[in-house]
Amino acid sequence: MPERVVSDVVCPFCGCLCDDIEVVVRENRIVEVREACALGTAKFMSLSVGERITKPLLRVDGSVRQVSLEEALKEAAKMLADAERPLLYGWSSTECGAQAVGVALAEVLGGVLDNTSSVCHGPTVLATQDVGCPSCTLGQVKNRADLIIYWGCNPMQAHPRHMSRYTTFPRGFFRERGVKDKKIVVIDVRHTETARLADRFIQVELGKDYELLAAMRAALKEYEIPEKVAGVSRKDILEVVELMKNCQFGALFFGMGLTMSFGKHRNVDNAISLVKDLNAYTKFIIMPMRGHYNVAGANTVFTWETGFPYAVDFSRGYPRYNPGETAANDVLQNEECDAALIVASDPVSHFPAKAVKHLASIPVISIDFHHTPTTEISKVVIPAAVAGVEVEGTAYRMDTVPIRLKKVVEPPEGCLPDREILRMLLEKVCEIKGVETPVVKHA
Amino acid sequence: MTKHMILIKNGFVYDPINKIDGEKMDIAIKEGKIVDPKKVKEKEAKVIDARGKVVMPGGVDIHSHVAGPKVNAGRLFRPEDGRRQVRPFGQGLRAETGFSVPNVFATGYRYAQLGYTTVMEAATPPLKTRHTHEEMSDTPILDQGAYLILDNNWVIMEYLKAGEYEKCAAFVAWMLRSMKCFGIKSVNPGGDENWGWGKNISSVRDRVIYFDISPAEIIQGLIRVNEMLGLPHSFHIHCNNLGLPGSYTTTLETFGLSDGMPISPKVGERSQNLHVAHIQFYSYGGEDWKTFESKGDEVAKYLNNHSNITVCLGQVTFDETTTMTADGPFEYLLQSINKLKWINRDVELETSSGIVPYIYRPRSLVNAVQWAAGLEVALLTKNPWQIMMSTDHPNAGPFTRYPRVVKWLVSKKAREETIAKCHETLPNRSSIASIDREYTLYEVAVVTRASAAEALGISGFKGHLGVGADADVAIYDFNPEKQDPSREPEALEKALSRALYTIKRGHIVVENGEVVGDAPKRVFWADICFDEELEKQVLDELHETFAKYYTVSMSNYPISEEYLVGSTPIKITSK
Amino acid sequence: MTELKRLEVSLITGRTIEQGEAIEGRKMAQGYVEAAGVVYLDPEDMEELGVWEGDVVRVETDFGSVLVYARRSPDAPHRGVAFIPMGPWANAIINPSTDSIGMPSFKGVKAVVTPALGEEVLDARSLLAKLRGG
Repeated sequence: MPERVVSDVVCPFCGCLCDDIEVVVRENRIVEVREACALGTAKFMSLSVGERITKPLLRVDGSVRQVSLEEALKEAAKMLADAERPLLYGWSSTECGAQAVGVALAEVLGGVLDNTSSVCHGPTVLATQDVGCPSCTLGQVKNRADLIIYWGCNPMQAHPRHMSRYTTFPRGFFRERGVKDKKIVVIDVRHTETARLADRFIQVELGKDYELLAAMRAALKEYEIPEKVAGVSRKDILEVVELMKNCQFGALFFGMGLTMSFGKHRNVDNAISLVKDLNAYTKFIIMPMRGHYNVAGANTVFTWETGFPYAVDFSRGYPRYNPGETAANDVLQNEECDAALIVASDPVSHFPAKAVKHLASIPVISIDFHHTPTTEISKVVIPAAVAGVEVEGTAYRMDTVPIRLKKVVEPPEGCLPDREILRMLLEKVCEIKGVETPVVKHA
Repeated sequence: MTKHMILIKNGFVYDPINKIDGEKMDIAIKEGKIVDPKKVKEKEAKVIDARGKVVMPGGVDIHSHVAGPKVNAGRLFRPEDGRRQVRPFGQGLRAETGFSVPNVFATGYRYAQLGYTTVMEAATPPLKTRHTHEEMSDTPILDQGAYLILDNNWVIMEYLKAGEYEKCAAFVAWMLRSMKCFGIKSVNPGGDENWGWGKNISSVRDRVIYFDISPAEIIQGLIRVNEMLGLPHSFHIHCNNLGLPGSYTTTLETFGLSDGMPISPKVGERSQNLHVAHIQFYSYGGEDWKTFESKGDEVAKYLNNHSNITVCLGQVTFDETTTMTADGPFEYLLQSINKLKWINRDVELETSSGIVPYIYRPRSLVNAVQWAAGLEVALLTKNPWQIMMSTDHPNAGPFTRYPRVVKWLVSKKAREETIAKCHETLPNRSSIASIDREYTLYEVAVVTRASAAEALGISGFKGHLGVGADADVAIYDFNPEKQDPSREPEALEKALSRALYTIKRGHIVVENGEVVGDAPKRVFWADICFDEELEKQVLDELHETFAKYYTVSMSNYPISEEYLVGSTPIKITSK
Repeated sequence: MTELKRLEVSLITGRTIEQGEAIEGRKMAQGYVEAAGVVYLDPEDMEELGVWEGDVVRVETDFGSVLVYARRSPDAPHRGVAFIPMGPWANAIINPSTDSIGMPSFKGVKAVVTPALGEEVLDARSLLAKLRGG
């Protein structure tokens, strides 16, 4: 049986967007994945072993039946067009072309458009809007950084190749000896797998990151700080601050430990401010550890098309942005939205029960390739081809480097790219609404 | 291509490339091109009565930050700007947001409303250029192209330092072709590499850390490479020491580096080998902020003696805006002065960038001097073909203010009114109040379309209304027989702000100041190979650089043509 | 009858490798329960509570209650902190409040853990059915 090896494949799992994957294909089936981590491998391999959806489904009165794509789209278009405040959510695990059609659809519908950043790095966006964000591409860190700090994130579990590919272990141009040329500091509430690889671990009390950041900023400016802050001794704080001040190039990576804990965007605000302060002494950058492989792309596309990165409300015809009022959890928990389109996402698994309860009570359309708890509650389920494996397109890495996703195998019959499905849906919605279909050039 | 025919009758035509200065004549359009009016029958054509109106070629912007990673980061971190100028979805148009950092739809629509049809993106970092193309492709109406930042590039610095110009040219050609870009851009040469360590460069003779090369060597090397390749546009630079008191000396030194260098385009008819962007931003004297003064007159004096240099203005418009540049260290300095939020985005092996909001106030002496410096260069440089309109959008103000800048150029009265609102010390720091020159409409047409088209090497088909040119036409509601720009500058500003008609490649895209449709788009890029054999050698060496120091695979680095809506390669045969 | 032991904790959620693998096409399978229907506790906390690896425990907050398997945390010591991987089990009980910024409070909700011997951990589908029913 002839085998085909596709090289330099881009992994469509996490924000690392590793583009050195080798995929071995036999008779249009992926039989082996090389270089990828466990998460990436699981994604590539899941297509043939997982609970794949291959037929459009329509759920009526509790029973599910297979329907034609045409019927599914017609039903979906009607549900969306009939809604007063539809929610269009997901977008972070598909390519940018689909995202662009999504924006047009939201615009025509006067809907609320949100991506998964509202439940991951939304607070980082808010903090950036407050104080900015000095950052760089990952190669800058690889080639120059001699101090790496991971704060409230656990790359060994969530971004398994981050340390080996970009930060800690690789040799860089000015860091020829690799890890020997670098110091690694981990700040977390738990002594995680990542922490176990660090030169230094600082255990912060849960929910007190803001205090610790404030103490570090104070120490940096040579103010007196208390004996103990957020469970961390003054000695430890001063030593870490010294490390920061005296490095040649420092990089602080942070995750949900800051964005989800008490303080949320204020934690991130303070972390960014610390890094800004540090630039008076040395070179220092900060970067969020983006989760979904193209959540950065969703922010990027939404922004160039609407001006805003997430939580965009078109109910007045023009884009309005006010997280707290216009994010997915807001419109769900306040029981405002009366229909939902979910694209490549599973909010039923990842939203709080209160939001899920409302979602389960309204008509939902899912475009996805696997059965998930969200497809379980959906009235219409449309099977999609998998972006980055069965469909080409663009994705933006966590440092907003755009990379071309590859197609390595053909999708199952009847599974179309998200952007094609959305285009057809857009056309049908425009027909019902009696408006001209906007041309989406980008896709 | 549309067969649609349009006849624009009896307008006052300003078409400097064809030396037409307000002559009353007809302009005919067929299949997207300008044709001889005799070839279009009135009955078969849409007839536009342009009696008492100004007719010009579609505007050409040589330098504007409208698409790509830093523009979008500016949008993302300034929702307060996104809320400033909104317009709902409808009438076949997408929703608009943003004042200084408009979304892509507003960008296309608003340029068209000004009568502009061609806009060059001022700077794109290679590694993120795919993003720039995605945005350009999503921008309606406009023909575009982008300049590729290459000066702080490790590969180029190494080649130039070793004196390997041939190899450097082969690499630059591959980069332009792979990135689908139009020309070579330099931003604070050497300074951005040093910014990788939190440092900057302070003169063109400084050395870059580790790479041990000076900005002067980078600049001269890239001018040389640019001319070896024979690119349509010249080397395009953002000088060192931007924004600083006393920076005009660096500017004059940079000017001097182009002296005696060749001018050898293989496409187009430019007469410069150096384009200095947003000249206003480094036409300053003084020792510090207290003694800050304009040296626009000195800069103009140099330009008057050196026809091999062109500049665009970067004119300050007194707005709240968003500064954004690949000059990372400058933006760090700016945020340390104005204390507003700061984005920095270094790009591995290539460049950097920064973004900071900024509010220009006439009552601030520094801002007033900046405003005066730009106008001084524009008004004291004798040859308008060396001058191009720009606000370095959005750095000195949004492009939507071009009509206001024209108002200052055509009317001393308008300038005096603004001077009256400025800091009272301004007259001691600038000669602006004593300048009498007022641009004619012909000169306005030069600096807003013709000179840019020529400097870009695209004047064969852009920036004029001769037979065979692209049918890009702007019609403005201003009657030069009855109205005097000098005395009625507001009327001209209003007319230029909302074109009566904008026609792009034969499609009417604006009518009565409102956008009414789209037109086929083109994105220009230099399709060039310097020397196939040498290129192979260069790429072999490059594999190691990618494997070791980049974080993307070399095979995933080039951008395929499918990213470009209306991809328009400009074929250049070098050897 | 002796009073049931209880452990007061702060609950956090987040990613794990196992959870990340399981969400790729196996959300409706048992593997997902084993990856995300679990709570990682500090071993000393477990001892105090009198539960062993694999025991079913009830985790209760102001916002709900859920049954999960107890697991010894590999990341100890973190007394008083409990970790449930992101997923429907965690989301049954976390604080949904978005603090006016759109982001629910996924980390740091006060919870009480009690042993629930003999009870059963629901799979994703049953959990959902329960939510919709209630």
